[in-house]
Amino acid sequence: MSLAITSAISLNPGKRVLPGFALSLGISLLFISLILLLPITGLVVQTAGMSWQEYWAVISDPRVVASYRVTLWAAAFASLFNGLVGLLLAWVLVRYEFPGKRIVDALMDLPFALPTAVAGITLSALFAENGWYGSILAEVGVKVSYTPLGIIVAMSFTSLPFVVRTVQPVLEDLAAEDEEAGISMGGSDMTVFRRVVFPSLWPALMTGIALSFTRSLGEFGAVIFIAGNMPYVSEITSLMIFIRLQEFDYAAASAIASVVLLASLLLLFAINLWQAHYLRRIHGR
Amino acid sequence: MSIQVENISKRFGKFQALEPLSLEIPDGQLIGLLGPSGSGKTTLLRIIAGLETADTGRILFHGEDVTRVHVRDRRVGFVFQHYALFRHMTVAQNIAFGLEVMPKASRPGAAEIRKRVSDLLEMVQLGHLATRYPAQLSGGQKQRVALARALAMQPQVLLLDEPFGALDAKVRKDLRRWLRSLHDELHFTSVFVTHDQEEALELSDQVVVMSAGRIEQVDTPQTLYAQPDSRFVLGFLGHINVLQGEIQAGRLSQGDAWIGLPESTLPVGEAQCYLRPHEVRLQLTPEAHAHLPLRISAVSLIGAEVRIELEADGWQSPEPWEVGISHAQYNEWQPMRGDRCYAVPDVGHLFTSEAGEPELIQWHKKKTQKSVERSVLQQAVGA
Repeated sequence: MSLAITSAISLNPGKRVLPGFALSLGISLLFISLILLLPITGLVVQTAGMSWQEYWAVISDPRVVASYRVTLWAAAFASLFNGLVGLLLAWVLVRYEFPGKRIVDALMDLPFALPTAVAGITLSALFAENGWYGSILAEVGVKVSYTPLGIIVAMSFTSLPFVVRTVQPVLEDLAAEDEEAGISMGGSDMTVFRRVVFPSLWPALMTGIALSFTRSLGEFGAVIFIAGNMPYVSEITSLMIFIRLQEFDYAAASAIASVVLLASLLLLFAINLWQAHYLRRIHGR
Repeated sequence: MSIQVENISKRFGKFQALEPLSLEIPDGQLIGLLGPSGSGKTTLLRIIAGLETADTGRILFHGEDVTRVHVRDRRVGFVFQHYALFRHMTVAQNIAFGLEVMPKASRPGAAEIRKRVSDLLEMVQLGHLATRYPAQLSGGQKQRVALARALAMQPQVLLLDEPFGALDAKVRKDLRRWLRSLHDELHFTSVFVTHDQEEALELSDQVVVMSAGRIEQVDTPQTLYAQPDSRFVLGFLGHINVLQGEIQAGRLSQGDAWIGLPESTLPVGEAQCYLRPHEVRLQLTPEAHAHLPLRISAVSLIGAEVRIELEADGWQSPEPWEVGISHAQYNEWQPMRGDRCYAVPDVGHLFTSEAGEPELIQWHKKKTQKSVERSVLQQAVGA
């Protein structure tokens, strides 16, 4: 009894029950600072030497603007393509049992594990006019390597796992009862998918597509080997940054990088806000 | 609509979920499928709905074979254990779903759907919650939405899988009463699954007791309680006190305990006597027909009766005994933990063979205070 009383007295009334809060939060914040905030600060410092006019001149250079257009369109197409294919792959991996399922599941992460340059070289060889895929596509008049189409191929290859891995767990958690309820009320398979299953997957799918899109915006290694890098046609923004760096123009490189960074941040932030709104409805908070 | 289950069986891998079984459900009845988990009751319900296909046998609705009819064409209302409400739809949208997905030719117009939904919402007394999302509702409200949704297409068969399983006791009781009155009003045929014997006995016209994929007994709640067919049914409907022993010289005895048996009982060796808590009295001295020494291990005062838990004293019982005594008797006697007393049975169910029905034994019954009261009451009612 006396033990309980003394320990009750020594307990600071405001103290949390779960231990380690101060230490774990401290380490987390330190890491966020070192790994995320410090480089971003460096980026801002690099550009700080420029005047607004110089900054604007660098980021609105016609060749750079053309690269934004190419990058954005290619990333948009690649992530939408991944949205469709990734959903299909996740569906197959969750819903059906087939021999070799574990292997296919493991292969999903290959694009993450492979060095992007290796992916780029392999893809450009495959899709080159004398490559396995390229030679077939050339017959129907489609050219992939060294065109914007090649950029889309490289981007979707490197960012496919984002969609598969975000949709997969949500699909696994989806109660079979919901679908059975829809079917027992007379809904056709398509109706039940469209009105019952898809709305539950939608937030995860959007997150996957957004992650895939932002990853594609910054993709460099895989793309430059297959893109052909023709000014105004198939140059991506990351390449523009790389070119400025090779010219030792660090300020200009940072300026262009800041545009990419800002675009990615805004997109991620918007997706998070939208998702919070959508999930609030489902979880009732 | 009547339902006939003919020779239905189901196997999941190596597990025989349902042995071949048959069942007749007359039109307009409310049937409870009662059994412990793993007894196959939910599987049977899902096969009737068409959510599961049987390995053998047929299902007939109103004499028509629907075994190969897809669940979406069977027109049954199914209420799921965890409600299965669509989380991204409001209450009204959930209820309207079944009407909106009907084929164009038979689908009611938008105004008609709105009216049907608001009627259903009134019926389940949730008109004020039409625009809420399921996550904003309590368990009882969710279950009523699920019921309204299942009834939207005016099915002739309503199937409910553990409809009140996830609700607290008070809400469960209210909903039970409400479902019974709804059933009486709308006259569909309903089958519900439960593992709660009280729920099954209170709600059903007939109870189907299942165990290990077989039907043990089908009867009205009254018959089921008065004449249970087997050890399983007797043991499943409430607590049961068991004396396991050997029949010798007109007695069933084990250690210090024995019960006197009618002279007609054959000396067959091993036998068990099952005694319900209200069929046993507690006394400080044994009677001529029974000697069952017990020691009190717990006393629970909550409820209409005082529940006494007892341990066998000088003999073996795998489970503790339970006996209910009136509060008046409790106040007079004041039993304490550790006190010794004797159980005196009035009625017992004697099982002599492994399978087979029990023999009902009634001992010479002294007129207890309770039975005197009851006979006075009966006279008053009769007059």
